[in-house]
Amino acid sequence: MGDTPNRIVQPVFITGADLPIPTLSLLRADGSLREGAEVPSLDKELAQKMYRDMIYIRVLDERMIAAQRQGRLSFYLTCTGEEAAVMGTVAAFTQGDMIMGQYREQAALRFRGFTSKQFMNQMLSNNMDLGKGRQMPIHYGSRALNFMTISSPLATQIPQAAGYAYGQKLEGLEACTLCYFGDGAASEGDFHAGMNMAAVLKCPVVFVARNNGYAISTPTSEQFAGDGIASRGVGYGIKSIRVDGNDILAVYAAAVEARKLAIANHEPVLIETMSYRLGAHSSSDDPSGYRSREEEDKWREKDPIARMKNWLIDRSWWSEQEEKQALESYRKEVLDALKSEEKRPAPPLSDLIKDVYDTPPWHLQEQYGALKAHIDKYPDNYPATSGEG
Amino acid sequence: MAKMNLLQAINNALDIAMADNERVVCLGEDIGQFGGVFRATSNLQEKYGRARCFNTPLTEQGIAGFAVGLAAQGAVPVAEIQFADYIYPAFDQIVNEAAKFRYRSGDEFDVAGLTFRTPYGGGIAGGLYHSQSPEAYFCHTPGLKVVVPSTPYQAKGLLLAAIRDPNPVLFFEPKAYYRASEGEVPEEDFELPLGEADIVVEGADITLLAWGAQMNSLRKAADLAEAEGISCEVIDLRTLLPWDVKTIESSVKKTGRLLVSHEATHTGGYGGEIAATIQERCFLYLESPISRVNGLDTPFPLAHEKEYMPDQLKIYEAIKASMSY
Repeated sequence: MGDTPNRIVQPVFITGADLPIPTLSLLRADGSLREGAEVPSLDKELAQKMYRDMIYIRVLDERMIAAQRQGRLSFYLTCTGEEAAVMGTVAAFTQGDMIMGQYREQAALRFRGFTSKQFMNQMLSNNMDLGKGRQMPIHYGSRALNFMTISSPLATQIPQAAGYAYGQKLEGLEACTLCYFGDGAASEGDFHAGMNMAAVLKCPVVFVARNNGYAISTPTSEQFAGDGIASRGVGYGIKSIRVDGNDILAVYAAAVEARKLAIANHEPVLIETMSYRLGAHSSSDDPSGYRSREEEDKWREKDPIARMKNWLIDRSWWSEQEEKQALESYRKEVLDALKSEEKRPAPPLSDLIKDVYDTPPWHLQEQYGALKAHIDKYPDNYPATSGEG
Repeated sequence: MAKMNLLQAINNALDIAMADNERVVCLGEDIGQFGGVFRATSNLQEKYGRARCFNTPLTEQGIAGFAVGLAAQGAVPVAEIQFADYIYPAFDQIVNEAAKFRYRSGDEFDVAGLTFRTPYGGGIAGGLYHSQSPEAYFCHTPGLKVVVPSTPYQAKGLLLAAIRDPNPVLFFEPKAYYRASEGEVPEEDFELPLGEADIVVEGADITLLAWGAQMNSLRKAADLAEAEGISCEVIDLRTLLPWDVKTIESSVKKTGRLLVSHEATHTGGYGGEIAATIQERCFLYLESPISRVNGLDTPFPLAHEKEYMPDQLKIYEAIKASMSY
């Protein structure tokens, strides 16, 4: 370890208290700026787009949970309460930057231009789904939008994001990778592996740890004993910052700086957004079994959307009238898309064996032939595909 | 042609792949300046720079995940797992991520350029954790290709094909042959096709099938049987997934007998899959039950390595049993 100038002669242990991590916070709940806080460079057009996309996602989440309850979708997962953490980060990146998400970042997709119909096609596993109907709802992906297809296993995208970013660096691209994950995923081995590799191999990747308080039912107090996720970044040699995840300006300010660092220095950066998962983990979960109404209400008062709205109205960049119109149009857009896209058929049966490899090898062709013959024999039992030629 | 051992052939293939395509990147533990614990990557960092041939932290799951991301970006990573015995921390990244990358995205994304290289097999007094043959775990995973060379010539031709194949490939290198096997290898760039078995010796009475580190024992057993007047057709499978069923099927239809042999443990070994498939296709041609000569269903031993191994005598006995069934 070479020369160690910082020697001690008594066994004094260091603790997290020796490294208190501050939280970047610019906006108060009422939308006013904290004293000394500076508004990050953010023009009216972008601010409005961010806000519009946030309320769109709130609408989408509400409508899709309702659709799931009606049996029109098998599964859903909301972003409710964390819209600012996602929107404030994605807005600081360019379309050329790759996004590798966990599964609660639909706001980032909307920001990049994913359409209501594209959301529906994926969730309905129909023949227009870019993923060919192969994954459960909310596992979106789009090459055109540089949004890596979501996979259910947690934290696997973290070392992958390091590798992706390394590839961007090798190619000399003026681009980086934006990687999202949750407080629970940060307990996986892939988190440690990925952060360490990103740091050692100097990968231009911005990690966003969405600390929303819960991994399904497990509160962070049962997830880790240290000081959140940001403290770990320091241990890996990664510049790290903690921000109020319900404060869109704070998140955006941190993300703009993080991207600059990642691109200029070819280094990873970690942002921990402190927020709260206002909804259930998923449509299969009921939080009343593990947390109180009071706790939820406390966080509802800190709603990131209400906070941004107050700030926008304060500077006359938004009005109640615009809000009303936007909400109405988004509800209609989402419902129209659901209605039109749920009429689409399932993907063709031949898709079953495609993309396992670049071309189906002999054994898959054989198995497909046998399956087709079987379906032809019992067409009534396989109505979704027996009608195909 | 040049004389090379299996390691030199691997090193030569990597050198050619890196010279041919600047997107080829080698990564793994100790593979940089040191050239890897077996020296498979010797001089590559010196020649192509640290950015393209580099040490990673000691984390197999990290190496695998990193390589998956790198491949998704369009690079062509060749990731080394130092010993196949240590590939298990990377299992999730290989079977749940790499193998399913193209499928789950509907071909929006892929890891076409991805190759994992890893030394496998016994014969080096490596005990439980430097001797394993874990190929069957991966052959159970759609989306992967699994390749095992047995000679320097194959090692070079198959590795170049694996690196350039548009699918994730696991390349298991028989480490017992790294320096022990020597052969003539073309110096120029060449590829051997994946998915094709090689008929090493033609014969009439029984088909003997193996791959990688089991080929020497198989050939010695064939020689022993030959002396007894038994004509063996010796086949090297070379690619385990997807495997060349046609070559095996037509051979067994000719000989009427099949023996499969691997070092990996018996139960759940890949020999079982081959036996099942061949009996489905060749049932009426078979003169005797398909024979499997494999490792025991124990962890890989140390003191009793010799007894554990499916050596030429065990294979020879199984050949005779099959002939006299």
